[in-house]
Parts: sequence; C-alpha cells; structure tokens
Amino acid sequence: MPKNLTIALAGNPNAGKTTLFNALTGARQHVGNYPGITVEKREGVICTLDTEVHVMDLPGTYSLTAYSQEELVARNYLAEERPEVVVDVLDATCLERNLYLAVQFLEMGIPLVLALNMVDSLPGKGISIDSGRLSSLMRLPVVETVGRRGIGKEKLLEAVVNQAAERQGRWEPLRLSYGPDLDPVLDQMAADIEKADFLSDKYAPRWIALKYLEEDEEIFQLCAENPALNAGLYKASSRVSEHCQKTLNMHPEAIIADYRYGYIASILKQGVISTTTDIRDRVDFSDKLDQVLTHRVFGPSIMVFILYALFHFTFAVGEVPMGWVESFFAWLAGTTASLLPDGLFRSLIVDGIIGGVGGVLGFVPLILVMFLGITFLEDSGYMARMAYMLDRVFRIFGLHGSSVVPFIVSGGIPGGCAVPGVLAARTLRSPKEKLATLLTAPYMACGAKVPVFILLTAAFFPNSAALVMFLLTLSAWGIALCVAKILRSTVIRGKSTPFVMELPPYRMPTLLGVMLHTWERGWQYIKKAGTVILAISILIWALMTFPRLPHDQVEHFETERQELLVLQENTTTDAARAALADRLTALDNREVRDGLLHSVAGRLGTGLETISGLAGFDWRTNIALLGGVAAKEVIVSTLGTVYSLGEVAAEDSGSFSRRLAADPAWNPIRALSLMVFVLTYAPCFVTVVAIAREASWKWAAFSVVFNTMVGFVLAVAVYQIGNLIR
Amino acid sequence: MTKQISLRQMHIHQKGTIISIAAGGELGRRIRDMGLVPNTEIEIVGKAPLKDPVALRLRGFTLTLRNSEADFITVEVDS
Repeated sequence: MPKNLTIALAGNPNAGKTTLFNALTGARQHVGNYPGITVEKREGVICTLDTEVHVMDLPGTYSLTAYSQEELVARNYLAEERPEVVVDVLDATCLERNLYLAVQFLEMGIPLVLALNMVDSLPGKGISIDSGRLSSLMRLPVVETVGRRGIGKEKLLEAVVNQAAERQGRWEPLRLSYGPDLDPVLDQMAADIEKADFLSDKYAPRWIALKYLEEDEEIFQLCAENPALNAGLYKASSRVSEHCQKTLNMHPEAIIADYRYGYIASILKQGVISTTTDIRDRVDFSDKLDQVLTHRVFGPSIMVFILYALFHFTFAVGEVPMGWVESFFAWLAGTTASLLPDGLFRSLIVDGIIGGVGGVLGFVPLILVMFLGITFLEDSGYMARMAYMLDRVFRIFGLHGSSVVPFIVSGGIPGGCAVPGVLAARTLRSPKEKLATLLTAPYMACGAKVPVFILLTAAFFPNSAALVMFLLTLSAWGIALCVAKILRSTVIRGKSTPFVMELPPYRMPTLLGVMLHTWERGWQYIKKAGTVILAISILIWALMTFPRLPHDQVEHFETERQELLVLQENTTTDAARAALADRLTALDNREVRDGLLHSVAGRLGTGLETISGLAGFDWRTNIALLGGVAAKEVIVSTLGTVYSLGEVAAEDSGSFSRRLAADPAWNPIRALSLMVFVLTYAPCFVTVVAIAREASWKWAAFSVVFNTMVGFVLAVAVYQIGNLIR
Repeated sequence: MTKQISLRQMHIHQKGTIISIAAGGELGRRIRDMGLVPNTEIEIVGKAPLKDPVALRLRGFTLTLRNSEADFITVEVDS
C-alpha cells in the first residue's frame, strides 16, 4: 500500500541543497510563492517503491532567527505543517558553521536527518570526516551525499523513512546548557510559558524562552498578545541582559551563539574531523582563483570582459534560432493572409496577433540563452564575486552589492527581462535598498527594447551600431545608479543592509540545475508573451483600426481608385503604366494614413504631439510608444504598422530600417532621442505588476509616472541639444 | 607578544583570533550567525579592488564584510 510522507529540505545557502533537491525529485518539481510574501516556494515529489515522498525545499538560511522573510517562512512552515522529517543539508567543507543551523533544528525538537553533502570535495582539502562518529555523538542519522552526482540518494531516503517511522512526528527538543547566567533564567521563563500553555501547539516552552532572550521579533509579537505572561518574561530577560552586560560585557544573544558554537566544537573535537595534511598554511583553490578574479586591476577588467563576452555569446548563439522563429512567423503570416478572405478578421489575425506575438516569441531563444549565461554565472559562484567587487561603488548610490544581480538579469547586459530581474531583488534584505533596486532595474536594456535599438542603429548609425549599443547600455547603468542615488536621498531614505556575505567556493554548476533555473526564468517571459502581449496586440490593433473612416471618405478614395484603374487599362506605354501604379500606391498610403489618423490611436497620438514634439516624436511614434507602455515588444511591430505601405504585415527589420533612413522626417538625433526614451520610460505592464507584488501598488504607480518623466526629460534634452549641435 | 586591533586594520594574509564583537541588532545577529564569535580564528585572504569589503577565512569558508562592519570586531594578532 503506497504510503505518504512529507519532508522538508533545509540548509545553508550554497550547501548544495537545491542540487540535492533536483537530484531527488528530477523534473518532478514545482515553483510557486508563499501566499502574501515574496519568498519562493519549491516543492517536489519522490516516488520510491512503496512510498510517495513530498519534499518541500525550504529557503536556504544560516539560522532560524526571525529577521528575514526566508527564515520566518522556514520556521513557520516547520511549526505549522510539521513535516515528518527535516533533512538538513550540510556542506561538509565547512561543517562547523553548517551545524549551527542543525543545532537550532534540534532545539526546536523536529525529527532531523543530516545529509553530509559535497563529501567529494573533502580529499582535495585534506580533510576527512568520520560520519559514523558524528552520527553517534549527535544521536542523529548522518548520510554522506554528493548532490551533483546523485550519490547517497537511496541511503538518504532510507534514513528519512526510518527516522519518520521511529519518531512518528514527535518533537524532542534538545536541551543545551547556556551557562550559569542564562540557564536558571531560561528554566524560570520556560516554566512560566508552560504554565500559561502558551503556543504549546507550535513550539516547546524552552525554545520560546530562548528566542525571547535572543530578542526574536516574531516571538516578541506573539508574546505581546499575552500581556500577563509578557510582563514576567520581559522582567526576567531585561534583568539577565543587564547582568550579562555588566559582568561579561556580552548580550545574552551573543552568549547563546557562543555556547551553540561551543557545543558544536565539543562534538567535532571528539574525532569527527581529521586533517590528512597540514592545512594551516594551505590556500584554498577558490581563494587562489580569487586572488586573480578579485584583484585590484584584473578583477574589474575580467568582470567587464566576462559581461561583454556573455553579451556576444548571447547574440551569436541566440541569433540562429531567432532567425528560425522569425521565418516561421513570417511564413505563418503569409499563409494565413492568403487563406483568409480580405477584411477585418484577416487584419486582426495577421497584423494584430501574428505580428504582435510573433515578434515577441522571436526573442525567446535570445532570452533563454541570456538567462543560461546568467544562471551559469550565479551557480558557479562568480556573481557573489561581482557583488563583492561592486559593493563599494553601489553603496555610493545607496544600493547594495547584491543589487547587481537584478540589474544584470533585467538587461544590464542587453537582452534580459525585468520580470525575473525584479524577482531577483528578493535577496536584498533592507526594504529601502530593495525598493530602490526595483524602481531602477527597469532602466536596463531588456530584450524588448533591444529590437528598437537594432532597428534605429541599423538605420541611422550603420557604421557604429555596436558602439551605440554599448553606449546605450552604459547609459542605462548610469541612469539607474544616479536615479537610485536621488531616490535614496529623497523618497526612500533609510539604513543599508549589512553586507556580511559568504563567498561560496567556485563550483561547476550541474547541467540539470542550470537548465531548470534558466527555464523557470524564461518561462516567466514566455507566459508574458502568451498572455499580456497577445491581449495588448489585439487591443492595439483595435485602437488603430477603429473607428473606421466614415463612408463618404472611403467612397471618395474608391472613386479616385477606380478612375486610376480605368486610366491604367487604357494606357499603352510601360512608363505611363508604372507612373499610374505609383499613383495607386500613393493613394493606398493616403487612405491607410487617414484611416489611422481617424482611429482612437491616431487621435491619441496627434493629441500628444504638442508635448512629444519637444523630444522629436510625431503622432506615429506616439502611437508606438503608447503601445509600448503595455509591452515594449510591440513598439517595433507597431512602428512597422503605422509606417507600413498598405496591408503588408511585419516586414523584416532590414528593409524597414532602410525606409526609415530614407524618410525625410527622420534623422539620427530623433532616433537617439527615441532610443533614450524607450530605454527609460514606464516599465511594461507585467513588470509593473511584478513591482506591485514585490513592493506595493503605490510604488508600482510611482515607477510608471516617475520613469516616464525621467525618460521624457532625457529625450527632450537629447533632441534639443542634439539639434543645437547639428 | 600580541596586540589587539580592529579587524579593519589587519593586512592581507594576517591571522588573528577574535576577542570581542561590539555590533548589536541585525548586524550583530548576521555576524554571529556566520560564526564570528569570540575565540574564532580568522585569516584575511583579500580585499576588494576598492579596498572595501574585506574577505576573511574562518571555520572552513570565506566571508566578506564591509570595513564599516569590520570596525566592530576586535582581533588579537601577533605584533
């Protein structure tokens, strides 16, 4: 009979927890969100012979205090859902620190199995660990694993199943001694808590007392609901705190941490770890590599080089499948156009849907390759080095070294997407820095803006397209940083997050891990295309088509057309016939133009012309930009449509570029001003929603208005100054 | 002979033992959770290109700290 088992996977960040999770569950996993909070929820299923094991991959944490969302989520999940077993994934190469979390699980009392992960790295460091000894000293099952190779999976599952059977969900809190000053107070507080039967369904009394002494915010809040109990606890804790400061010059929190590490050391000292060579002077391989990669001079140069190489790699590799997708949609448009009868429906399908969505999906290969590169950099450990090297610079602008990841994912190297970029800002603990990062990440050159740049640089800067792209990218960073500084000095003032960050050892990422992570991010982009952009494309098509030209005007055009056709039939020379054909085309153009001007979109565009003219945008550009408010991907296809000659749908960028270059109304200054505006103005609709979820709707609305203002000021500046120079 | 200095003043490759940590609140907690408690042996392994943050090795891993955070930590070194 198949049994059901629920377990949780926990551990330090960088301990290989997710790699082990992937090895255990394969692709049978699902990522979502904890309701109401911005922490990723990852669960999966392992099917053994007779048991179905549901695995919850808890966020990586260093401890179980309540000052970060991740830790709160982990703690509350354990207390409320009560998984039958928790597997603590330990990085064997830094066992001491990893056991700090294990001790906290033991103090909670939850059934625990230790997965001693990355044991394959031990020989290289000259360390050997006696896991049997560790197991008997801690009175816990310990299984050696190598997550990246799936070694130890079966033994781990076996240990989990056995532990679950033995403990039957019983919590057995470990009682550690915290010294002569704290122990009696803890006992007293625990007794009071037990008498009041406080939170007895969730936590053990001594654990609550301990957390109270540690000034745990969540416990403080919960205790405040029982004022009588709280008064007693507060008195006891402040008394002992005062005493400790006076006699030991240490806060109870510090003493507690000290004793926990003391307990760990006492266990490890008993023959658990032995070094096979003299490791005191041994320099770790990763540290050696860092001597070059974070060198004063080489470090930043290598970083710029790597980013540039990633940029090149993305476009070189991504261009091939991009071409396939584009050809497919062009074929689809052509075939559909020939199959459907002329009219509104055909226009909707071919121009509206295929044109709009096809343009977006064409970029999926590019986006996926970009995310592949970024994920590789992250999982290998290099991103942490980037945060380390950039922190000093980013701090000047009120940001944090870790802000670099959201920036890069959003398009710091052209071609990302702000939706996963905004999600990547979750690592920033300080709400102020996170908010500043959220509001400025959309300035980056995301994959939706790149086609606009490609189009315009090909038309107006044909010989220096790469240089202009590079300068635009630099401008994006510059604008983002400066705006962050302005925001952090005015509307988002506040403390900065501690930097205290681990530099994980360099590791070769697993193929499965990189693929899964890349796909997760890419999927967010594809979902956006399938839903929002499809809807927007239809909406824009409707706005550009309706209201239709009034009957009398249509008839007027038709009469003229008939006259020309009759004339054409009666002419004899080829030259005359060609001239008439030109006149017919011009007539068609005029009819489309008038129709467009008559539509809702046209009226909006014309209405905005008085202000937009300052930046050099005419009504046609305005229409495209309005569409871009919802999704930047539609800017190029909309520009194509408003400039198109008749009913021809999405033409290839090359000939469109040529046509723009030949258009007398367009010039390099105007192109530049448009590019600057597209780079900076309102984030696309899906990004706005993401910002609203990560921060609030108030800030999301702010980003729309504020970013557009910034974009407009910059575009006007570029246009006006550019014209003066010319 | 040994002397007591702030962690910020240590040079690259210098070793020492932590004496005390004066940080409180969230910073204090972060520092402690990472294993920086009294009597911990540390070694400075590098500094970022702009000399801030600093990277140190302890308990088998590498930790980075801003100089302003390192200021709170007093270390005993050989003089």
